[in-house]
Amino acid sequence: MESTTAVKKKTMTLVQAITDGMRTMLAEDENVLVLGEDVGKNGGVFRATDHLQEEFGEDRVMDTPLSEAGFIGAAIGMAVNGLRPVAEIQFLGFIYPAYEQIMTHASRLRSRTMGHFTVPMVIRAPYGAGVRAPEIHSDSTEAIFTHMPGLKVVCPSSPVDAKGLLIAAIEDPDPVLYLEPMRCYRSSREEVPEGKYTVEIGKANKLQEGNDVSVITWGAMVPVASQAVKEMEAKGVSCELIDLRTLYPIDRDTIAASVQKTGRTVIVHEAHGTGGVGNDVLAIVNDTSFLYQKAPVERVTGFDSPVPFFGFEDEYLPTPARVKHAIEKVIKF
Amino acid sequence: MENQFPITKWVDENGNVTGEDYKEMVTEELARTFYQHMIRIRTFDKKGISLQRQGRIGTYAPYEGQEASQVGSALALETEDWMFPSYRDHGAAMTFGHSLKNILLFWNGRNEGCIPPEGKNIFPPGIPIATQLPHAVGAAFAEKWKGTKNAAIVYFGDGATSEGDFHEGLNMSSVFEAPVVFFNQNNRYAISVPMEKQMKTKTIAQKALAYDIPGIRIDGNDVFAVYFETLKAMDRARAGEGPTLIEAVTWRYGAHTTADDPTKYRDQMESERKREETDPVLRVERLLKNNGWFDEAWAERMQKQAAEEVDAAVAEMESFPPADPADIFDHVFAEPNWQLQQQKQEYFQAKKGVPVWNQQQQ
Ligand SMILES: Cc1ncc(C[n+]2csc(CCOP(=O)(O)OP(=O)(O)O)c2C)c(N)n1
Ligand SMILES: [Mg+2]
Repeated sequence: MESTTAVKKKTMTLVQAITDGMRTMLAEDENVLVLGEDVGKNGGVFRATDHLQEEFGEDRVMDTPLSEAGFIGAAIGMAVNGLRPVAEIQFLGFIYPAYEQIMTHASRLRSRTMGHFTVPMVIRAPYGAGVRAPEIHSDSTEAIFTHMPGLKVVCPSSPVDAKGLLIAAIEDPDPVLYLEPMRCYRSSREEVPEGKYTVEIGKANKLQEGNDVSVITWGAMVPVASQAVKEMEAKGVSCELIDLRTLYPIDRDTIAASVQKTGRTVIVHEAHGTGGVGNDVLAIVNDTSFLYQKAPVERVTGFDSPVPFFGFEDEYLPTPARVKHAIEKVIKF
Repeated sequence: MENQFPITKWVDENGNVTGEDYKEMVTEELARTFYQHMIRIRTFDKKGISLQRQGRIGTYAPYEGQEASQVGSALALETEDWMFPSYRDHGAAMTFGHSLKNILLFWNGRNEGCIPPEGKNIFPPGIPIATQLPHAVGAAFAEKWKGTKNAAIVYFGDGATSEGDFHEGLNMSSVFEAPVVFFNQNNRYAISVPMEKQMKTKTIAQKALAYDIPGIRIDGNDVFAVYFETLKAMDRARAGEGPTLIEAVTWRYGAHTTADDPTKYRDQMESERKREETDPVLRVERLLKNNGWFDEAWAERMQKQAAEEVDAAVAEMESFPPADPADIFDHVFAEPNWQLQQQKQEYFQAKKGVPVWNQQQQ
């Protein structure tokens, strides 16, 4: 946690911490507004905006027509014109109508105008598989966004980070895609500081210190990797667990320091391996720490198939067993 | 604008035929056919909800209240026509000949649910809103290009009209003069968002004006209006007279999906009132009774038949073999690439307990 004036804490789930982050910023800055499909009365399909319209009014928490290109494009115009829009995409798999607005405009308006026009907006999107959602609701396509310079991409895995990163994203001068691991929305609770605090964008979080292997992951794979790490620790393997938290720009220094210490790297993500963000992590390991590596870097990822229907999504998702195999592989190399 | 697009109604809420012109067309045989189909799809829908509640399938999108729209429109199709349903239109799909078992498999997270019976041109349900409209235009265009008399029908909701794909689909169809019918079920809600917040226009039919195609507005709970107006539109399409936009005004009684709580955003008493006043099945029942065509024993038989058919489909779904993980890898391309081949091999080796790390480095 970077800066905080808050002391009092409250137990929250990840989704409650997101609501709390929006509430904090709606109260703090009158230019902040929340918009998206069903975010008003309904409080969002995951209840992330629950009661916010009641508290702040329809001008601050707006239901939009069912039109991602429309309201993301409009949010760009709002941001350029002094507002701080926080737009909700209902599921990451439904962001594609807005893809052009994000890739062609949100991400490069600053470059095009050499800083004259800027787009301080946040796009929130639940992502990922493992909740038995109908098809196409389970995508984890962060990599098609990290590929575009000018857009920051963050992905919290805990309630404290969720709130702090969201506030940092809202205050950030550039557009931020804020990915929410659906699977972690209500899976655990922790004490979250009340009031305003931020978690710095671009900084990973070392969840556990270790000496034998660095396990690098983010989002919904954090609990999966964490389980594997726990089981490997019991077998005497000392694991360092890193939650990346920001996928663009990636925290190079934390990765380099860790993999230089351990000499072994396992990367875990649920997105497809080919073109995945894991490859950027691998490139950082190569660029900064090649000669320190005692084994080839292992990646545990989703397959190069569309995310399967939920009838077998569990087969697709990395499991603690798969992560353990990878750890054993780099250890025994 | 609203009065330029009056709601066409053939049979009113009390089961009375609204005009002399219609009398001849509103036959006992049709009434019985519609009644039977609506009972069938309603029985399925109720079962869908209860299966979800019991954890026997996943999230389910109910259509109860919209049976007249789905049955009337689907029965207006010819066997070789194309159907592009959304996630809420499996009532139409099964009326057109989709397999009940496969529809259940769809809601149970299985790809088999996307596969129509042999020879049936039924697209997988459109999940991302409005994306199916341009597909329908293309499929219809292809029929025209091949010189057939087949046409396409595409289903979508009121909320879908806000997406670019809706407008792009309509415009393309108009430019291509594609034999397609855009069948809108205006149930007046897109999840929690009421029509007044979705658009400023009072009707959806009027949007057709912008594309210079016919736009008509019908009572979507009047199966006769739905059937005959869809038939007309399909006939126009077949005759090379281009696309039509139909707005069927209807109502969903229940939740958006089983994951939704409608009491968050609307008074569900309205649905209860509508069940009494404007229900599509009740309307046909009243028509049958008004004309002395109703036969209690026959109606009971229809109910029983529907329940048996649905139960049989549930049994088939539940005894269906579990998903084969090989399917994850085998259908991505006609020929799997090396990544998929390697991942498949590693997956099955790991399953057999041969850890991936024992393999030769590739
Ligand atoms: C592109 C896209 N955005 C959002 C969603 C989430 N979503 C599913 S259904 C729905 C509302 C659709 O309303 P409407 O078109 O009126 O159809 P209805 O559900 O009432 O049949 C929304 C927003 C989606 N499936 N696709
Ligand atoms: Mg609707």
